[in-house]
Amino acid sequence: MAEMAHEHVAHVHAAPTGFIRKYIFSLDHKVIGIQYWLLALAAVLVGMALSLLMRWHLVWPAAKMPWLEKIFPAGAPDGVMTPELYLALMTMHGTIMVFFVLTTAPQSGFGNYVLPIQIGAADMAFPVLNMLSFWVTFVGFLVIMAAFLVTGGPPLSGWTGYPPLSALPEAGPGQGTGQTLWIVSLAIFSAGSLLGALNFITTTLNLRAKGMSLMRMPLTCWTWFVTAILGLLAFAVLLAAGALLLMDRIAGTSFFVPGGLIVSDKQITQHSGGSPLLWQHLFWFFGHPEVYIAIVPGMGVVSQVLSTFSRKPIFGYKAMVWALIAIGVLGFGVWGHHMFISGMSPYSAIAFSVLTMAIGVPSAIKTFNWIGTMLGGKLRFTSPMLFAVGFVSLFVTGGLSGIFLGQPPVDLYFHDTYFVVGHFHMIMGVASIFGMFAGTYYWFPKMFGRMMSEPLGKIHFWLTFVGVYAIFGPMHYLGLTGHPRRYSELSGVKYLAGSENLHLFMTVAAVVTVAAQVIFFLNMLWSFFKGQKAADNPWESTTLEWTVPSPPPHDNFAGVEPVVYRGPYEYSVPGASKDYLMQTEPDPPGVRR
Amino acid sequence: MASAVAPPRPRTPAGAGGPGGGDAGDRWRGGGGPDETAQSIRRYKMGMWVGLGAVVMMFAAFTSAYVVRKGLSNDWRAIALPPVLWLNTAVLAVSSFTFERARRNRESCLAWLGATSTLGVAFLAGQYVAWRELRAAGVYLASNPSSSFFYLLTGAHALHLAGGILALAYVVFRASRPSLWVNRQAALEATSLYWHFMDGLWIYLLLLLSLGR
Repeated sequence: MAEMAHEHVAHVHAAPTGFIRKYIFSLDHKVIGIQYWLLALAAVLVGMALSLLMRWHLVWPAAKMPWLEKIFPAGAPDGVMTPELYLALMTMHGTIMVFFVLTTAPQSGFGNYVLPIQIGAADMAFPVLNMLSFWVTFVGFLVIMAAFLVTGGPPLSGWTGYPPLSALPEAGPGQGTGQTLWIVSLAIFSAGSLLGALNFITTTLNLRAKGMSLMRMPLTCWTWFVTAILGLLAFAVLLAAGALLLMDRIAGTSFFVPGGLIVSDKQITQHSGGSPLLWQHLFWFFGHPEVYIAIVPGMGVVSQVLSTFSRKPIFGYKAMVWALIAIGVLGFGVWGHHMFISGMSPYSAIAFSVLTMAIGVPSAIKTFNWIGTMLGGKLRFTSPMLFAVGFVSLFVTGGLSGIFLGQPPVDLYFHDTYFVVGHFHMIMGVASIFGMFAGTYYWFPKMFGRMMSEPLGKIHFWLTFVGVYAIFGPMHYLGLTGHPRRYSELSGVKYLAGSENLHLFMTVAAVVTVAAQVIFFLNMLWSFFKGQKAADNPWESTTLEWTVPSPPPHDNFAGVEPVVYRGPYEYSVPGASKDYLMQTEPDPPGVRR
Repeated sequence: MASAVAPPRPRTPAGAGGPGGGDAGDRWRGGGGPDETAQSIRRYKMGMWVGLGAVVMMFAAFTSAYVVRKGLSNDWRAIALPPVLWLNTAVLAVSSFTFERARRNRESCLAWLGATSTLGVAFLAGQYVAWRELRAAGVYLASNPSSSFFYLLTGAHALHLAGGILALAYVVFRASRPSLWVNRQAALEATSLYWHFMDGLWIYLLLLLSLGR
């Protein structure tokens, strides 16, 4: 590592002056990062509202909501939600949350904002491409939202879009234009993600400051880098699968649609021989890495935050990096565990199961190291720290239930029950969102130059932390009792009669948890205008973004290329006068190594 | 590890003019010289390689779908490939050659780039002829999984190549206007990578479609 990364940034561009070039069509990675982040915030409001509607309906299926009829005349006659509308809301909830929240904020939002500063670059490698990625993603969001407005409403086929349901317009009310918009939106989103991934990878490899070797990068940068590689390889496959599905729908081909189907008392004659399983393979080849795309950036934020607020170096930096790479590699070999009951050779199932179990090893290494980082540290329980600890808790809970689901004989029972819903919400949903919360509380001072309110942050944390366990914990139990998922109403089913109170409990918990998010939004709004002014380095962190003003100037380092002397987490170094050494500080006298 | 790689030297001597050059004569916004040219070439080429990784994954997905769909059912009827495809292949191969000429000859660069774009358009026209021939023979997109894949793969490749032609037009446009000379050599290098890759991809697809019928 004698000759460190030596490039300096070749494309310093002057700060724009007009409003449009500064805030709308900006080339600045920081503005683009905030745009992504705001897009995810808008999307999460929609996704959250949909989940509340679903929870409400599960408890009070006959509830009259006249305003719902105004939005969906066919989906809610007399204000009562039809099963079809329930499925449409479920599809949109899943799609919007997975793509426009979980994929958008942690990677494209925080990654765009922080990655270039943390590696000491003035911007991303391709600023124009970066702007394009955001606007492409934004159009993708408009297209999926348009599905609410078309005849028939949104599609019913879930975020996984399994054919033949997703391939036949006659299969349901939302399967016409709504489903087509869904496919087009995901294709657009994939294109935007590919452009973004290309930029992240090139930036990480090419624009690191002097001294910023790969093994001196903050773990956040490692996670964004690995996530970008996952995105590059996975979204290309989703794009291909989407093209095939679209052709089945509009060109009459038979990639996925088998022959001899009878739908709504009508025989489907124009298709024959297609394989629905083929879609599942292609989709999950993308879909499983997608799970990691959602959660891996959160792992980076949590590593950063735990180290900072434990005032200790991250425990086992190299192990963290290699575990991350192992998770990324293994993540491409486990897609079959989503299809154990779809019709799979038991031998394949064993292979997928063993690989799935193998992911437990690097995941456990990471968890072990997070706990090791906190152990014996001078812990500072700030809001970002609380959410990081919450992430670790949720990651363990969601990970453990994954071990059950990864075994074919157990999955045989659990598949399509609430156990699965509880599992993936814990790990892919809530854990990732806790990573985002940690990131927001941690970087808000850098992004907007003002601190967020700590007391409000703590109230927000405790309500949310208890709330999500109250919502998703009981789902595991429901799954054990054999409660199937995706049904809008099961009130007449005898063996599920005892679950009604539990559903009520979960719905109340959901209402309280959603209400707690109002605190978060108010905190952001209030802090943005009235928060205490943030210093350059309010958390006494060590990485490069804390060496520049809050918020940073247009080209981050005012044209001066930073030089990096050390790894990212040098806290409590023996002999140093303060308990942290910035990456840009040379060794002070007295430091013992 | 990237840190161990020595900075590549610029391909052309400083002060060289013409669209293939791009050193001291360029108006680099950052005020850099040959070093910065080399860096931006490196950055553009790396970006292109990474982007091509996504293209590989996309066509790998199509290929696996092809293999699975063909093996799964008994409705696969191999189609006869239109002979014009072989001519098209030759045209595309020659276009890779002319692109290399453009990249290596600064003086006649524009002319060779023009020839390359023309050949690219000729290839697309040739593919169109192939589609028309199949249509005339009653082989449509939805006739059979084999024909569906033929139209899909050739269509996806044609779209990618059309993108390459647009990129070439952009490179020529920039090269012809001194005010846009920033990064023009890097853009040329990246586009040439893409172009050769599309050439190779076509040969792969042709082999898949002819041997994997």
